[in-house]
Amino acid sequence: MSAEKTLIRRFRESDFLYDFKRSPVTVVSFVIVMFLILLAVFADLVAPTNPFDAGSLNLMNGFTPPMEPNAFTGETFVLGTDDQGRDLFSAIIFGLRVSLFVGLTAVILAMVLGVSLGLLAGYRGGWVDAVIMRTADIQVTFPSILIAMLIFGIARGLLPPHLRDEVAITVLIIAIGLSEWVPFARTVRGTTMVEKEKEYVQAARLIGLGSGQIMVRHILPNVLSPVLVIATITLALAIIAEATLSFLGVGAPPTEPSLGTLIRIGQDFLFSGEWWILLFPAFTLLALALSVNLLGDWLRDTLNPRLK
Amino acid sequence: MLLIILRRLGQSVFVLFLVAFVSFMMFRYVGNPVDNLLGQEATVEQREALIEALGLNDPLHVQYLDFVTRAVQFDFGNSYRGALPVADMILERLPATLELAMVSALFAMFFGVIAGVYTAIFRNRFLANVIMSSSLIGVSLPTFLIGVLLIWLFAVELGWLPSFGRGETVQIGFWTTSLLTVSGLKSLVLPAITLGLYQMTLIMRLVRAEMLEILRQDFIRFARARGLPEHVVYFGHALKNTLIPVITVAGLQLGSIVAFAIITETVFQWPGVGLMFINAVFFVDIPVMSAYLLLVGTLFVAINLIVDLLYLAIDPRIRDGQLKRQNT
Amino acid sequence: MTDPILSVRNLRVVFPHRHGELVPIDDISFDVKKGEIIGFVGESGAGKSMTGAAIIGLIDPPGYIERGEIWLDNERIDQLDVRAANRIRGRRISMVFQDPLTSLNPLRTIGDQLVETILTHLPVNANEAKRKAMAGLEEVDIDPGRFNAYPHEFSGGMRQRVVIALALSAGPELIIADEPTTALDVSVQAQVLDLLKKLCREHGTSVILITHDMGVIAETTDRVAVLYAGRLAEVGNTHELLRRPQHPYTRGLIASTPAVEYGDISTELFQISGTMPRLDALPSGCAFHPRCEQALDYCASHRPELQQDGVACWLYADG
Repeated sequence: MSAEKTLIRRFRESDFLYDFKRSPVTVVSFVIVMFLILLAVFADLVAPTNPFDAGSLNLMNGFTPPMEPNAFTGETFVLGTDDQGRDLFSAIIFGLRVSLFVGLTAVILAMVLGVSLGLLAGYRGGWVDAVIMRTADIQVTFPSILIAMLIFGIARGLLPPHLRDEVAITVLIIAIGLSEWVPFARTVRGTTMVEKEKEYVQAARLIGLGSGQIMVRHILPNVLSPVLVIATITLALAIIAEATLSFLGVGAPPTEPSLGTLIRIGQDFLFSGEWWILLFPAFTLLALALSVNLLGDWLRDTLNPRLK
Repeated sequence: MLLIILRRLGQSVFVLFLVAFVSFMMFRYVGNPVDNLLGQEATVEQREALIEALGLNDPLHVQYLDFVTRAVQFDFGNSYRGALPVADMILERLPATLELAMVSALFAMFFGVIAGVYTAIFRNRFLANVIMSSSLIGVSLPTFLIGVLLIWLFAVELGWLPSFGRGETVQIGFWTTSLLTVSGLKSLVLPAITLGLYQMTLIMRLVRAEMLEILRQDFIRFARARGLPEHVVYFGHALKNTLIPVITVAGLQLGSIVAFAIITETVFQWPGVGLMFINAVFFVDIPVMSAYLLLVGTLFVAINLIVDLLYLAIDPRIRDGQLKRQNT
Repeated sequence: MTDPILSVRNLRVVFPHRHGELVPIDDISFDVKKGEIIGFVGESGAGKSMTGAAIIGLIDPPGYIERGEIWLDNERIDQLDVRAANRIRGRRISMVFQDPLTSLNPLRTIGDQLVETILTHLPVNANEAKRKAMAGLEEVDIDPGRFNAYPHEFSGGMRQRVVIALALSAGPELIIADEPTTALDVSVQAQVLDLLKKLCREHGTSVILITHDMGVIAETTDRVAVLYAGRLAEVGNTHELLRRPQHPYTRGLIASTPAVEYGDISTELFQISGTMPRLDALPSGCAFHPRCEQALDYCASHRPELQQDGVACWLYADG
C-alpha cells in the first residue's frame, strides 16, 4: 500500500509528468488516442447499431447525408450512411477497433521478435549475431510496407482460397509484425553488447546465473525505455501499414472492415457527391495516426534525446 | 579504391542471389504451377508430363540455376491470369512507373532541400515554424490518404486536374511517355505530389537537422570569424557538408518511391508495375509477384550500390579512411 | 606611447535565462596596443572566450552586449550589422580557435579555404589569391605543394598552422587566439606559439591570447589581464605581474603553476581552495571573497573596481 503510494507520488513529481504537462500538443494527442482506444474497446456499447448485422440494415437508408433525416425513412444519422444504409458512425467505431487491434498486436509481435533476436545477437555475438544482423540489414533496405505485402501475398498463396478471408486479419498482423522487428533488434543488440561487459553482469555470471536469466533479469530492464519509444513510433507505422494494405484491398476483408477498408469503399462515392463516406473515416485515421506519431516523437525527445 | 568497389559489388551480387532465391522459392512452392497451368481435372499422366517438362523433378539447385538463368534473360514465365508472358507485361508498364517515380523524386529533392535549408537558417521565423508543423502532418499521413484527399480537393471540388490514368501518351520506340502531352502532364501532377510528399518532408527534416548540426560546428564559427559572407557560410560550407547524409537518404528513398508507387498507382489507377503487383497479390498470381520481387530487388541493390559509391566519391575522409583500412 | 588598436570600455554581456539573466562578462575595460601580445588568463568560465566572441561580434544568441563599447582604431564595432561586421572579421580582426581538428571544413581543401578568404577581403583576382595563399602556407612552414590537400591529411599541429595562415591571410591588425595550443600535443605547443608570436611581430599584428596556462602567458605575452567570474581582477605588464602579483587570486594562480624550468618539481603546488562560482550563483561584493584567504568583512558586501594600479582588490584600496 505504502509502496504503491510512493510510486504514485514519485510519478507525480517526476520530470516525465512535468514535461508532459508543459507540452499541450502532447496532452491533446494523448487525450485523442485515449478517447479513440476507449471508443474501440467499448464499441458494442457506444455504437448505435451493429454495422455488420445484415438484418438490421435498411437499404432505404442508403446514402443518407450526415445530420439530415433520410427522405424515405426519416431516420437521422450523425455521420450519415453508406450505400447499403449502414450507419457510418458505427462503422467507423468498429473499423477503429480492427485498426487498433491489428496495429497493437502487430507491434507486440514485432517487439517480442525484435527484442528476443536483439538480446540473442548482442549476448551471444559470433555467427548468431552475424546471421541476425545481416538479415536485418538486408531487410531494412526494402520498405517495410513492401515486405508486408509480400508476406501477405505469399500467405494468401499458401492458404486454400476458402480460408483466405477468415484468417486475413491474422495474416495481416503477422505480415506487419514481421516487417517491423528490425529497429527493436538493433537497439536492444547495441545496449546488450554494452551491458554484458559491465561488472554486475559479469558478477551475475560468476555466481552461476544462466544466460536466459541474465538476459531477462539484468539486461532487459536497461532497454525498456528505448523499446517503449520504438514501440510507440512503430505503432503509428503499423496503423498506417494496416490502413494502406486494407485500402489496397490486400488487408482486412470486407466482412471485417478497418478504417482503411472504409476509405477504400468511400473513394468509390467521391465523384457522386457522397463525400462523407470517405472523409469521416479518413479524418479518424488521420487523427489516430497523427496523435500516435506526436506521442512517439515526444516520448523519444523526453526519454531518449539521442535516439533519432 | 578498386578493392572497395569490388568488395561492395560482391556484397551486392550476394544480396541479389538471395533475392532471387526468395523469388524462386515463391515461384516454385507457393501456389502450384501444375494446378495453375492444367486446372484440377487433368489426368495423372498429363501432370507427370508437365512436371517433367517444367523440370520440377530436377534437384533444387538445378531448378534454381535454371530460374536465375531464365530471369537474367528476362524470362519470368507466364502470368496465371491471361497467360501473357510476365516480361512483356512488365516492359509495357515499366515506363509509366519510372516516369512517375523520377518526377516525384525530383519534386521531393528540390522542394525538400529548399525547405530544409530555409527552416534551418530562419528557424525562428513564423513561416519556418508553419512549415515544420505541417511537415509533421505530412509524415503522419499515409500516402494513400494524401492521394485521396488531393483527388477530393483538386479533381472533385475544384475540377482542375484529372484523378486517374496517364492521359494521352506518346510512343517512342518501346517507351510510352506521358511527359510530352498536356493531358499527360496534367495527369502526372497529383500522383507525383502524392508519391513525393512523404519523401519531401523526410528530406526537408533531414536537411534541417543536419544543417542545424553543422551550423553549430567550429569550422562554421571559424568561417564566420574570417568574415565570409552569410551566403558563403550557408551554401559554400554548411550545405555541402549537409548533402552527404542527404544524398544517402534521398538515394535510398528512391527505392521507397518505387515501392510506394504501388499505393499511388492504385489510388490513381496509374497503369504501372505497382498496380500490376497489387492485382497479382490480390489474385495470387505468383509468377507476376515473383518477377516483381526480382525486379524491385535488383533496383534496390543497384540503388544501394550507387549511393555507396557516390558517398565514396564525395567525402575525402571516407575515401582515404577506407583505403587505409584496406591496406593494413 | 602608441594609440591602442582596440579599446573595450565597460563591456557587459548578458544571457537571458529562465530565472533572470546570467552575466558572463561584467564591466570589463581594457586596451590593446599596436603590435603587443596581451594574455587573458583565468579558469574556464571566467569569461575569457566570451570576451573574444564579443570583440569579433559572434556571441551566440540569446546572449548580447548589454552595455559598453568596443572601439577598433576609432571605429565603434559593437553595434555593426552583419555586412559591416564581415568587413572587419577576417580582414581586420581574426580569430584562431582551440581545436584545429574541427576548425577547418573537412570537405574542402585547405587551399580552397585560403583562397576563398583572401578573395572575400582583398581586391585581388583568383591567380593572385592563389599565390598569396601559397605564400601564406610557406610562412607557417607548410609545403605549398600541399595546397590541394584536405584537412584530415594533416596532423593537429600542422592544421593549427593552417588555421593561423587562414587567420593572417587578409593581413588583420588583431588576432584573437582562443586557447590555440590547448588541444595540441605538448611537444608541438611551443612550436605553434613561437610561430604565432614570430609572425605577429613581423606583421605588426596585435594578439589577444586567451589561455588558462600561466606558463604560456609567461613565455608569450607582453601584458596580461587576469579574469575571474566575468570581471577583471588584475591587469599589468607580464614581467611585473608575474614577479609581484597583487590580487590574491593572481597570487594563487601563479603559485599553483609548476615552475619546471627551475627543477623544483618536488615543491608541493599551491591550490586555491574551492571552485569558481557558477554564473547563476555569484557571491555578493568581490566575487572571489569566499575563496580568498585575506578577505575582509567589507569584501563580502562591496564590489572592488579596477584601480589605476591595475588591481581590483580592497586590500590595495586607499582610504
